[in-house]
Parts: sequence; C-alpha cells; structure tokens
Amino acid sequence: MLGNGLLKGLTETARNFFGSYVDKDRLTTIQYPEERAPRIEASRNFPFLVYDGTDPQAGLRCVSCLICEKECPPKCIFIEKSTDKKPDAVGKPQFYPTRFNIDVSVCMSCQICVEVCPFDAIKMDNDFEASATGRFSDLLWTKERLAKSNEYYHHIHPTEAADVDAVLAAARAKAAAPRPPAPSAPGGAPEK
Amino acid sequence: MHAIFFILAALTITGASAAMCLRNLIHCVLALTLGFVGLALLYLFLGAQFVSFTQILVYVGAVAILAVFAIMMTRSAGPHPQPALSSFWITGCITALATFAVLAWAIIHSNIITPTPAQPAVSTNQIGDALMHSFALPLEIMGLLLTAALIGAVIIAMPQNRSSK
Amino acid sequence: MTHLPLSQTIDQVFVLSKAAIMGHIPAPFQPIASAILSVAPVLVVFPLLFAITTVLERKGLGRMQNRYGPNRVGPFGFSQPIADGIKSLTKEDVIPRTADQVVHFLAPLLLVLAAFLAYAVLPIGRNMVIANLSAGVLFFFAIGSMVELAVFMAGWSSRSKYSLLGAMRAVAQMISYEIPLVLSTIVVIMATGTLSTVAIVDAQARYIGILPHWYVFTPWGFCGFILFMIAATAESNRSPFDLPEGESEIIAGYYIEYSGFKFALFFLGEYLGMFATSGLAITLFLGGWSAPLSSLTWIPSYLWFLLKLLAFIAAFIWVRGTFPRLRMDQLMAFAWKFMLPMTLLNIFDAAVWHLMPHNILRWLVCIALLAIPCLLLNLNLKQRKQLQIRTYRFAD
Repeated sequence: MLGNGLLKGLTETARNFFGSYVDKDRLTTIQYPEERAPRIEASRNFPFLVYDGTDPQAGLRCVSCLICEKECPPKCIFIEKSTDKKPDAVGKPQFYPTRFNIDVSVCMSCQICVEVCPFDAIKMDNDFEASATGRFSDLLWTKERLAKSNEYYHHIHPTEAADVDAVLAAARAKAAAPRPPAPSAPGGAPEK
Repeated sequence: MHAIFFILAALTITGASAAMCLRNLIHCVLALTLGFVGLALLYLFLGAQFVSFTQILVYVGAVAILAVFAIMMTRSAGPHPQPALSSFWITGCITALATFAVLAWAIIHSNIITPTPAQPAVSTNQIGDALMHSFALPLEIMGLLLTAALIGAVIIAMPQNRSSK
Repeated sequence: MTHLPLSQTIDQVFVLSKAAIMGHIPAPFQPIASAILSVAPVLVVFPLLFAITTVLERKGLGRMQNRYGPNRVGPFGFSQPIADGIKSLTKEDVIPRTADQVVHFLAPLLLVLAAFLAYAVLPIGRNMVIANLSAGVLFFFAIGSMVELAVFMAGWSSRSKYSLLGAMRAVAQMISYEIPLVLSTIVVIMATGTLSTVAIVDAQARYIGILPHWYVFTPWGFCGFILFMIAATAESNRSPFDLPEGESEIIAGYYIEYSGFKFALFFLGEYLGMFATSGLAITLFLGGWSAPLSSLTWIPSYLWFLLKLLAFIAAFIWVRGTFPRLRMDQLMAFAWKFMLPMTLLNIFDAAVWHLMPHNILRWLVCIALLAIPCLLLNLNLKQRKQLQIRTYRFAD
C-alpha cells in the first residue's frame, strides 16, 4: 500500500517512545557518573608502568633501557636514566629511571612502546577518566602518575597479564636454574 | 506623516544609490534589495497593501535571489577592482538626465498632482475582480507568455542525450 | 461596560487587560503603547516556547531512540534551555577572517526579524491578533520569502564552501517548496474569499451539529493540509528535508561559521519559523483558535491555539525522529513532480467542490478526483526508480 513504509516507521518510533517509559530494559544508555559500563579487556588508551611488589617506585620493572623512548613515533616519552643501580623487586641490582614522563597530549596510543619493551614494564591502560584542568602541567604524566601495580594490570587485562606473568616466571626460573655447560664450538673450527 | 515618508524615501534612495556605488556585486544586490523593501514600505504607507506585499514577495523573494544566483554562477563572488566610473559615464548621465526630465515634465504637466481628499481604499477583492473581469485578456496573455517561458526553460534544462549520440 | 459571562471574560482576559492599561495612558502615546502591548507578549511567549521545545525535542528524540535525553540540569533536565542559553551567551563570537563582516552580522538578525514579523498576522485567540491585514496571508508569505535572503547572506558571507553549499541547497529547496506552499493555501482563500487570517478563522469557527466547520474535514482541505505541511516542513528545513543543514555532510550548512549567540539566533529563527508556519496551518485548515467540538467552547481560545501548536510540534518531532534525510534529486523531484501537480489539482478540486450541489456525490467525486491522480503519480514515480542491490566488487 502507498505510504506503508512511512506508517511502519512512525509506529516503530512511537512504540519506542512509549515503550521506553514502560519498559526500563529498552533504555540501553548507562547513566555515566552513577553507573559505569564494565571496561572492555581489549581496549587501550595510554601506557602505564607496571611495578611488582608494594613500593610503586622501587618495584618498577623498567630498567631505563630507553628503547621505548627511541621507538615512540610521536616522541612523547622522556626518560632520564639513573647513574646508579638499585635492587629491583626480585633483588637484582638494575638501572632505574630517575624521570619517566609521557606527554599524553602527544601520545597516539599506538602501543609500540609496549611491543618493544623487553621487560614487560610498560603496558596499555584503559582508564578513560583522564580529563584534567591544566592543559600543560596535567597532561605530562610523571613516573608517580604512571606507576600502577601488577594487580591492576591483572584487573584490566586478565588474559594478557596471565601470559606475561607466565613468561616472566619461566624466564626467572631459567635464570635461577644452574647454567648448562657451554656447548663446544661447532664444526671444530680452529681457534686462534 | 511627512517624517515617515522622508525616512522611507531616504531608505529607498540609499539602497538604490548604494546598489550603484558599491564595488562588490553581491553587496550591490543586497543594497538593491534594501531599495525594493523601501519601495514596498512606501506602497504600504500609501495604503496599497496588496501591491506592497507582492513587491516584497516578487522582488525580495524571487528577483533578488535570482540576481544573486546569476552572479554566483557566472563569476567568482570576490571583490573585483574596477574603476568607480565606467567608460560610458557621460552617456549614462545624459540618459539619466533625459529620463528624469521627461518624467518630471510628465508629472508637472499632469493633473493628478493635487491629491484627492478621500482616496478610495482598494481592497484585495477589488484587485482580484478587476483582474478576472476587465483585465481577463491581459492576464491570460501573461499566463500564456509565462507558460511559454516555462516550457522553454524545461527544454533548455532537458538532458541532450538524443542529439549527442 | 457590559458584564460578560465568566468563560468569555477568561477568553478575553488579555484583550480586556490591554484595554484597561490603555485607559491609563495619555492619548499621544496610545498608538505606540498599543503596539508595544500587542508585540511584547509575542516576543516573550514564542521564544519561551522555543526554549521548551528544544528540551522537549531532545527528550522526545531520545525516547524514540531508547535513550533518556537530557536529564541532568534541573528537575528531569527541564532547566537545560537555561544552561544552553548561558552557554551560547558566554561563548566566544568567532568571525572568520575572510568573512564579510557586515553581511555576516546582519544575516541572523534578518532571519529572526523575518521570523518574528510573520507572527503579526497570526490570530492567537479570539480578537487577539497584532495586525488584521486585509492581505494577511500574502504578508505571511512575503515575510517568509525574506528568510531565503537571510539564509543566502549567512552562507555567502561566511566564505566557507560548506556554508555556501548549504545556502545554495537551502535557497533552492525553499524556492521549490514555496510554490506548493503558496498554492496549497489557495483553496482556503477560494473558500473564504478573503486573504485576511482573522476572517479565515471566523469562517471556520462555526459548527455543524457538534462538529466544527474546519476546512481540513473536506477532501480539498485535507489534501491541501497534507501538502501544506509537507511544504512547511521543507520550508523550515526540518527533517526529513533538512539537507541544507545535513550534519553528516555539510556539518551545519549555512550557519557553520557562526558561533555563540549568533548561532543561537539562527536556531531561534528556525524554530520561530516552524511555529509560525504551524500557526498558519492551524489558522488556514484547523480553525485557528476555535474549539474542536461545540461543547468545548468554554475553554479559552488562546489555549486551543496553543494546544494545536503543541500537537504540531509533537508531530514535527515525531517525523524528525523517524524519517531519514532525502537526497537532493529526490527532494527536487518530489517538489516538482508530485507536490506541484497535486496542489494544482487540489485547486481544481476545490473549484469542483464549490460548483457541485451539496450531496454525497460531491464527496465521492472530489475524493476520487484527488485519490486517483495521487495513486497514478506515485506509481509513475515508483516505476522510474531503479532500485538495485548494491554489489561490492572488492570487499566481500
């Protein structure tokens, strides 16, 4: 019939209109400050630094190798390497960053820093409540702001964090195990 | 009453002369529109409602828009540096003066210069009656002319698939 | 002073109070005081209605899309317009460097001025009209045509390609739909024989039995009303004819380069235009301030007008929440190939109605005269439409 589609559309919107007053399940929106949607595991926005143990600064996994700083495409990471070594979470002396700043106004959330980090020290966060009132000072995140515990990491990315922990544990077990005897030079090449 | 007339006359003349003097063509059209509106208000002042509203409807609503479209489609609307006086300014002045002289002569020598004390209020009904009865033939001729123009426009706008094969 | 019954006193309360105030004003100032007293309520009531409409529209659209809509500011979000007003007043008024300053400044003022002028001829209640012009309907359309100029000024002076595109679309659309808009009112003018809006309402404020004598209850009146409303929707740039503004393509059309209060003025002008055309539709087809049943005449006339206007606003919001935007060629084809023939046919139909004797045959002939060509036109338009399933060559 003529105008059938128009009427069908009008009834649909009318049904939505009245239905949304009767049936609360129709309303798909979440009233944000009061209620929050669960964070999506696969989402990411800005990097954070993982620490083990209880002390956010001493427990940082970062050894200040500067790879992420060099790889960062928009150059938003600034690291100042320490001159001395301090024991890390497992007690091994390591270099540590005296300053570790990320300018989140520049960061493009590409995750390359995470990909290149050999120590699983930097990971992507998905905390979206990052608004700030200071345009310059509040958007330059320092080491203190960036440090977040491994438990937090487990909380936001459970699968990924479990994998990372497994890999780290394997590496530590390997390091702790007695070193196997060095294999002899292959092919019996003459040694000078 | 005289004050209103002089304000409206000043408005109309300002619009018309600005349309002549401004350098940007779009500004000229807008100034001309101001002149049209001033003229319409003058009609209203004289008690001719129908003519006044038709003036706005036709001149402001259609002619000004048409002029604006024509300007925009034919040339870029940016300011074009032109001399303030065109090369024909002497001819133009003479023509304008001659027209003014003829009109002034006609007005001065006409016998309608004394205003009739009680002007008959021409209602919209009377205009309609006049158009439909005593001026039916001119109206029909106008209609025919406009229909011809419309058909011509449609023919020009039709896609020329057949001729271009 | 004669003593009126209570219902009539309430009905005429504004007229009477104006007369009472006028009695205290010295004679030399009476014309200007009368003008101010007539105009000021319009300047207050309709912008207030605009403010209420913005929040109702947002809430209504939200509900149609299963959302809450604004619910933060004040109780149930009804103070939202105040927040919006403060925001638009305090925002920076940005003028593009290349813009034509004067024209850019004048465009929103002209738009709002034209929108307000249109209310001069709308009879809001019994004896409540600012100016009872003998060519009132013509005045309304003359003022409406000034809106096009304002829109063009806004689009051109901004020196932005989006605003120019929006202005071109808007002007083309408004000119195209102005013809069916004007032609669809001709039937009412034919029936009443006058261009005065007050006389048109008076002609409809009669009752046959208990039913009102509104023009919408005749074949030509109904058809004219539908055509008028479609054209009015297009004239006021409302969805589904909102492609001059097309948020998804040309962002806001002709007022993209406006910010702050000028932007708010454009919004105000648009909504005032919508209310004014709705008011004209009520005046022409729905009996203006007259009650829908003879037993309901005790309710004041201005309340009836307001109720009808609110019903129109609700319908506008409903339509906006439902239909998708038309394409430019569909819009033009609809105006010239469907609306224009139907309005011309409707005028013919009205003439047939007046010439035929008053019996049931008149109804049948007049309905058939409209329905059959309408169906044929639709079939014809449908056949031309070559719908095809979109195929993707590279993506699967």
